[in-house]
Amino acid sequence: MTEQDFITQQKPTWCPGCGNHAMWIALRQALAELNLKSENILMVFGIGCSGNGANFFKTNVWHSLHGRTVPTAVGAKLANKNLTVLAIAGDGDGYGEGMGHLVHAIRGNANVTYIVHDNKVYGLTTGQAAPTAEQGYRSKSTPAGIIEEATNPIALALAAGGSFVARGFAGQAKHLKELFKAAILHRGFSLVDVFQPCITFNKINTFKWYFDRLYNLDQDKNYNQQNLRQAFQQSTVWGKKIPYGIFYQNKRTTYGDNLPQLQGQALVKRPLKTRNIKQLLTEFS
Amino acid sequence: MTRNNLSWKIGGEAGFGIKSAGVMLGKIFMRSGYEIFDYTEYPSLIRGGHNTFQLMVDPNKANSVSQSVDILVALNQESIDGYLVELSHSGLVLYDQAKAKLSARQAAKYKIEGLALPLSDLAKDSGGGLMRNVVALGATLALVGQNLSIANGVIKENFKRKGSTVVNNNLKALKSGFDYIKKNYQGNFFCQLPKLPAKDNILISANESLALGALVGGLNFYVAYPMTPSSSILHYLASVAEKTGIVVKHAEDEIAVINMALGAAHVGARAMVATSGGGFSLMTESLGLAGITETPIVMVNVQRPGPATGLPTWTEQGDLQFMLRAAQGEFPRIILAPGDAQESFDLAAQALNLAEIYQTPVIILSDKLIAEGSTTVQKFKSNTIRVNRGKLLTQTQLNKIKNYNRYQITGDGISPRALPGMRGGVYIANSDEHNPLGFSDEGGDNRHQQVDKRWAKLETLAKKLPPPIIYGNPKAKNTVVIWGSTKGVVLDVYHQLSQKQQRKIKIMQVQYIWPLADKFITEVLNKSRKVLLIENNSNASLGQLIAQETGFKIKNKLLKYDGRPFFREEIFSILDKF
Repeated sequence: MTEQDFITQQKPTWCPGCGNHAMWIALRQALAELNLKSENILMVFGIGCSGNGANFFKTNVWHSLHGRTVPTAVGAKLANKNLTVLAIAGDGDGYGEGMGHLVHAIRGNANVTYIVHDNKVYGLTTGQAAPTAEQGYRSKSTPAGIIEEATNPIALALAAGGSFVARGFAGQAKHLKELFKAAILHRGFSLVDVFQPCITFNKINTFKWYFDRLYNLDQDKNYNQQNLRQAFQQSTVWGKKIPYGIFYQNKRTTYGDNLPQLQGQALVKRPLKTRNIKQLLTEFS
Repeated sequence: MTRNNLSWKIGGEAGFGIKSAGVMLGKIFMRSGYEIFDYTEYPSLIRGGHNTFQLMVDPNKANSVSQSVDILVALNQESIDGYLVELSHSGLVLYDQAKAKLSARQAAKYKIEGLALPLSDLAKDSGGGLMRNVVALGATLALVGQNLSIANGVIKENFKRKGSTVVNNNLKALKSGFDYIKKNYQGNFFCQLPKLPAKDNILISANESLALGALVGGLNFYVAYPMTPSSSILHYLASVAEKTGIVVKHAEDEIAVINMALGAAHVGARAMVATSGGGFSLMTESLGLAGITETPIVMVNVQRPGPATGLPTWTEQGDLQFMLRAAQGEFPRIILAPGDAQESFDLAAQALNLAEIYQTPVIILSDKLIAEGSTTVQKFKSNTIRVNRGKLLTQTQLNKIKNYNRYQITGDGISPRALPGMRGGVYIANSDEHNPLGFSDEGGDNRHQQVDKRWAKLETLAKKLPPPIIYGNPKAKNTVVIWGSTKGVVLDVYHQLSQKQQRKIKIMQVQYIWPLADKFITEVLNKSRKVLLIENNSNASLGQLIAQETGFKIKNKLLKYDGRPFFREEIFSILDKF
């Protein structure tokens, strides 16, 4: 497979220069390099600019509702563990409408990769502040500046017990590709929050803004990805310098591993026929 | 006294073992050849508050409760003060003399007999004060002329998992209540229920039978969030999940529930969710998602009185119009309303087939009365049910299709369905309006075609739909229209009517709420001289639907919406003169 095999005939509708293009390519490359076949991948998209990507990836796709990618992906993975399941959301989608699902999916640790497009705005609805917007950010819905503190998805995922917590940047496509590969290969729920500047509506958090600040944890020899304390510490670094890369990873068992009835063949691969309930009736007799 | 049926009620605080005592007694009578229907009233809390459990024991099928009670077991004063009024004339109240008093004035006023028993002392002597309920069971059995052989077996089974000490104490408690009556009221029994030949019955609630029906129908993925009165479906399926090899997931909320189920259904699982009105409200957006993506899903709404929290532990049929309209936009759905435990079993299995054949959501509309009340039914047979996966493609079939179109325009509206994981079957299941390939498409012509295609599925189904069920005299000119759980009480009362009165009445039960068998219903109603609609709600929601679809407005309505089901007496007084 090459990355070209994952392209549909649909023309991307993202703005020229949008970080989504780089994410699109990086993910296609990751899928190709992992030798995955289109028919064995299920991508679950939400609603927003990221969600419009549903039309551009040639894999099995479920284009979900706003905020609901994660539970859908978990359900699909439990029913067919042979599939590589990815949930793709935006920051409004995943951290606004669907925030609750994230925490619970992390608790369960189903083997799903969750990629969140983080540009701190609602691009598709013309630029309102997203939950990741920095305090004071002015937008159509927050003309005097947003009062709420920005949500910190990395710290949140670590606190919830995340087994793979990472941050990528659309401006570092090669690194992003490797990050996606690592996340997909990780057995368990992996969160990859990706800085993906919205060039149309966010005039503050631009590509340059990130280039000036980002440093790569993966290149730091003293950084230990298995050290939760260190991960927490790095997750709160924000301002002049901002870390990216894999913050934390562990080998916790997955939801499917812990369900005896999911051992062996994938649930949907077992013959589906009328079930004999004779034994079950005993307790009612 | 000779009689062959019994209305028995036990009352006390939540936590007194009211329900467990009732369920055990039900099982004892079932094994003695009787038919059972039980009904429980309880507030939404775990300790304190007043609970009652009523058991109808009858040699013939029982599907409802009467208002009047023959034996009332009172574990506290409130059970006497609040429920004496329900005792039938010459009824008996059996009460714990340590916890309650029956005044001579009360006994005289209601013309009832009181039986003060040392339930607390007997329980303590058997090993624990909590066993008052079991002592009362023993006393009850003595009063109605039964022996303890069957009861001992039920007690042993019931307490087995708690260890031999608990089993033995409860056996002692049972015997102490039984012996006390035998010793102190020798020969003066309340009645002698005759011995009946044993039947091959089970005692089961509609929730449990719905779960079993779904299992027979191939259910392999169940997700839910607890909500009264649907939770026992979750409890039951969770208890057999490993044994049956199905996934049962308690998700974080109802929105997660439905979306997890849709994810599983999308990749080929037979998925079902259950909740009550509140949880269903949270699922509505995703109901529409199932509609537009044409994903098979079975959604169970076990109704309770709303809106909002409403009366959480009581019964009502208030959600029919909601089920018809839930979610924005227009798409086909199928709504089934079982009237009892047997129908819940049958329709659950069928719902899974319908969902997959028509690739659209199927809603099962039940309610608290049948969902939590147990009844005797003949042991279910699974050999009449076949799994039908409709136009689900095999890999071999898919190999022959050159360019696979998931949402291909077809005459019957149903398009061949491939699953993720199949070669050549890759497609996008899209919440946006989409073209036959699944890609987002906002073109006007495409929109028309896809909307029409989806509606066509309902027309296809409408042609194959079984008509409403007719009971009683099919030629009668007086028609009673019912749906759901009111079936039980209406049929029970029908059988109590004189033969002359029975000949005047037919009963039409609408089991398939949507699509509605409008032609059949129009014909029945137009041929009727008198029509009576009976619904457990304030708004006559089936009546509204019938008026909408047939133009026939049923004026004569019997509606009840106080959270209680119809009692036999209420229906009898109407049908007797109908």
